[in-house]
Amino acid sequence: MNGVAEYLRVTDLHAFYGESHILHGMDFRVNRGECVTLLGRNGAGRTTTLKAILGLTGRRTGSVMLNGREVISWPAHRIAHLGVGYCPEERGIYASLSAEENLMLPPQVASGGMAVDEIYAMFPNLGERRKSQGSRLSGGEQQMLAMARILRTGAQLLLLDEISEGLAPVIVQKLGEVIRRLKEKGFTIILVEQNFRFAAPLADRMYIVEHGRIAAEIGKDEVEQKQTLLNEYLGV
Amino acid sequence: MSEIFGVPVQALMGQLMLGLVNGSFYAMLSLGLAVIFGMLNIINFAHGALYMMGAMFAWMGLNYFGIGYWWSLLLAPLGVGLVGILIERSMLRWLYKLDHLYGLLLTFGLALIIEGLFRDQYGVSGQPYSIPEELTGAFNLGFMFLPKYRAWVILASLTVCFATWYVIEKTPLGAYLRAATENPQLTQAFGINVPLMVMLTYGFGVALAGFAGVLAAPALQVSPLMGSNLIIVVFAVVVIGGMGSILGSIVTGLGLGIVEGLTKVFYPEASATVVFVIMAIVLLLRPAGLFGREK
Ligand SMILES: Nc1ncnc2c1ncn2[C@@H]1O[C@H](COP(=O)(O)OP(=O)(O)OP(=O)(O)O)[C@@H](O)[C@H]1O
Ligand SMILES: [Mg+2]
Repeated sequence: MNGVAEYLRVTDLHAFYGESHILHGMDFRVNRGECVTLLGRNGAGRTTTLKAILGLTGRRTGSVMLNGREVISWPAHRIAHLGVGYCPEERGIYASLSAEENLMLPPQVASGGMAVDEIYAMFPNLGERRKSQGSRLSGGEQQMLAMARILRTGAQLLLLDEISEGLAPVIVQKLGEVIRRLKEKGFTIILVEQNFRFAAPLADRMYIVEHGRIAAEIGKDEVEQKQTLLNEYLGV
Repeated sequence: MSEIFGVPVQALMGQLMLGLVNGSFYAMLSLGLAVIFGMLNIINFAHGALYMMGAMFAWMGLNYFGIGYWWSLLLAPLGVGLVGILIERSMLRWLYKLDHLYGLLLTFGLALIIEGLFRDQYGVSGQPYSIPEELTGAFNLGFMFLPKYRAWVILASLTVCFATWYVIEKTPLGAYLRAATENPQLTQAFGINVPLMVMLTYGFGVALAGFAGVLAAPALQVSPLMGSNLIIVVFAVVVIGGMGSILGSIVTGLGLGIVEGLTKVFYPEASATVVFVIMAIVLLLRPAGLFGREK
């Protein structure tokens, strides 16, 4: 595998929900093995960006290149099979499925997914709660489960939407460790975050999203130098 | 001969059995409606017409092609399922994002068309369909005679209903179905072909109705009107059980069949209305139905 090859390139991406025009020409790229964060205020269009990549919004125009393939016109259910795992905002745990059924639900999309034992070793709580109904899990457990179930599938590109939101500091810290481990394992990660303190140490690059566009790109080593810019966009 | 509450045991058991037979049909039909509603968000008013179509296919198979009962039991539901798939692909799929009302109106129109086509060909009088030889006669249980065909209907229906329940609640395929019912978008994002599952679910749901139709053919007369007579009661069953609950629709279907049977014994005047009275009471006390969840 080529270490510098692009895994994802989004070019002039526009997306709509019905008549509302939400994304106004997003442009960004993510290289293989990179961890990139999309920061921005509420309603900036970060969730919509992930959904547009996955084919879950209404009409889209522009280009989404995934693993060297143009997928803008693909139906949603085919995109995951290019090795994409999605951890949605609000976690998306199925209430009518047990924890274990939630974990086992997403089909294998590539070889080399983590074994179930390995996952339970990474998230010990999930092993204990495997028979519980999805709706009975705590917020933290739900978040762990939402992460765990896409690690099983062999997906190499992880789209993670606000995984730190609404969780206790210890759990956020634990999630940070998990992300670090995943980076070591070579996963490519897009972190959508509000929580600058959580995302900044993990990210190799940051994009600031505003009004459905990329407003700025900030490298890891530019954070201090661009502090005023960050303050302006995010109110950190 | 012994009696219970002044009713001969023979008569009581006979009505109970008949009630269970009716309940078996209610269960199969309301199960199909529940599965379809859960996945497609559509109240399938064409269900009765497709049940009738199953019976008519069996009758046509026998009279035009010499296809016997047992083959019909397999082929007629397949045929009805295919018709269902055509309906889903060509019409229903445009309605999923709209209010329930549109699906209800469309399927109601379809029911009228399907029924009209068969009426045009075969009139309204019933066509006889004889019980397969293996199932003629009755078992002597000592306290009553149990016609073999009735026993078969109950057994076949229970088997099919519980197999469906098992697949949906206990297998990985069922987990896909439940996931797609609860959150279709996310399920698609995981790489599961939800539109295909929706299509097959509708096909399966109406195939269940077709299967019930074939089972009904020897028990009742085969007539283009048999669906519309039954479907009204089945909708009452669905309302009582709670739209969309799998186990609820099976249990309610069987239970109401029995209640109807018992009413025939103890207060025959009310036997045609008892289901609707129960429906009214349930709607007052638990609007979401006995097994339904409030949304
Ligand atoms: N299903 C939808 N239909 C119509 N408009 C939507 C829909 N979902 C989101 N929007 C609108 O799109 C805009 C971008 O929303 P999005 O969810 O992408 O924001 P975000 O950056 O993820 O912010 P946050 O998650 O913090 O609210 C918002 O103005 C929102 O109101
Ligand atoms: Mg969001």
